[in-house]
Amino acid sequence: MKFSEYLKYLLIGTAFGFVLMKSEVVSWFRIQEMFRFDAFHMYGIIGLAVVVGIISVQIIKRNNMKDAQGNPISIPPKDASQVKRYLIGGSMFGLGWALLGACPGPMFALLGSGLTIMIIPILAALAGTYTYGLLRDKLPH
Amino acid sequence: MFDILYQPWPWYVAGPIIGLTVPLLLLLGGKMFGVSANLRHACAACNFGNVEFFNYDWKTAGRWNITFLAGSVLGGFLGGYVFANPEPIALAQSTIADLQAWGIQDFNGLVPDDLFSWSSLGTLPGLIVLIVGGFLVGFGARYAGGCTSGHAISGLSDLQLASLIAVIGFFIGGLLMTWFIYPIILS
Repeated sequence: MKFSEYLKYLLIGTAFGFVLMKSEVVSWFRIQEMFRFDAFHMYGIIGLAVVVGIISVQIIKRNNMKDAQGNPISIPPKDASQVKRYLIGGSMFGLGWALLGACPGPMFALLGSGLTIMIIPILAALAGTYTYGLLRDKLPH
Repeated sequence: MFDILYQPWPWYVAGPIIGLTVPLLLLLGGKMFGVSANLRHACAACNFGNVEFFNYDWKTAGRWNITFLAGSVLGGFLGGYVFANPEPIALAQSTIADLQAWGIQDFNGLVPDDLFSWSSLGTLPGLIVLIVGGFLVGFGARYAGGCTSGHAISGLSDLQLASLIAVIGFFIGGLLMTWFIYPIILS
């Protein structure tokens, strides 16, 4: 990867982290509010993000657009027949999301905002990821 | 003029910008947006015990994404420190009342000091929130093959049924935690 490539991804990531902060989706309070159905805020953000995502992915696919390197853009499909994996794994993730009030992106953005305690859940999330890798063959998928 | 950098952004501004991350990463490098893959890359970089799931070339697969994540930390610094909103979050009154009933006292920042401080790590609720919460996020994201960005944003943007199932799972777990388990943890 060239330096300009790194810069590109760094900039998109910076914009992403900035919006996560400004929209307050990094907030434990906002996640609580969402799971209590007390405000439209989070639903509006996720909903509009998906609408914009769907429209742009459709445009990219229908026009067989290529990426900046000239390679065809292909999105690998996920195997929806692994219902257990998505439902059980998803529920476990949801338990953690509501408990911590932050998913992976916000964990790191919060750390950047100076909330040093986020190091602890980040390390715990790494331990969780590692444990999944260890137990993967024994889990229903 | 700089007010807009300090103020919170409404959902109809933030939502589309977050959504644009998907085509931007696809068009710039054919990359699929998903943050939690970085946790796997980090495990692959260490891979104590030579676990098969972490045996892959994480540098080739993950360099771009780790760079993206470093950007997110920087964005968090800019948005949450340099241009931090000095006002408390405009939460729904009903949420504030419910959380006060749980014993939450600090509503000033993005997260309550009651749970997110180094001193709270010495309390049982703080320990559960920070460690069990983080662990479940990491374990669940990999088990489900993605987190909020990978499934709820990227996967749904590509109309993937698997991602819809995962997002339903996110809400099953989230609602269970908020309505039934959290009250026990904080009591």
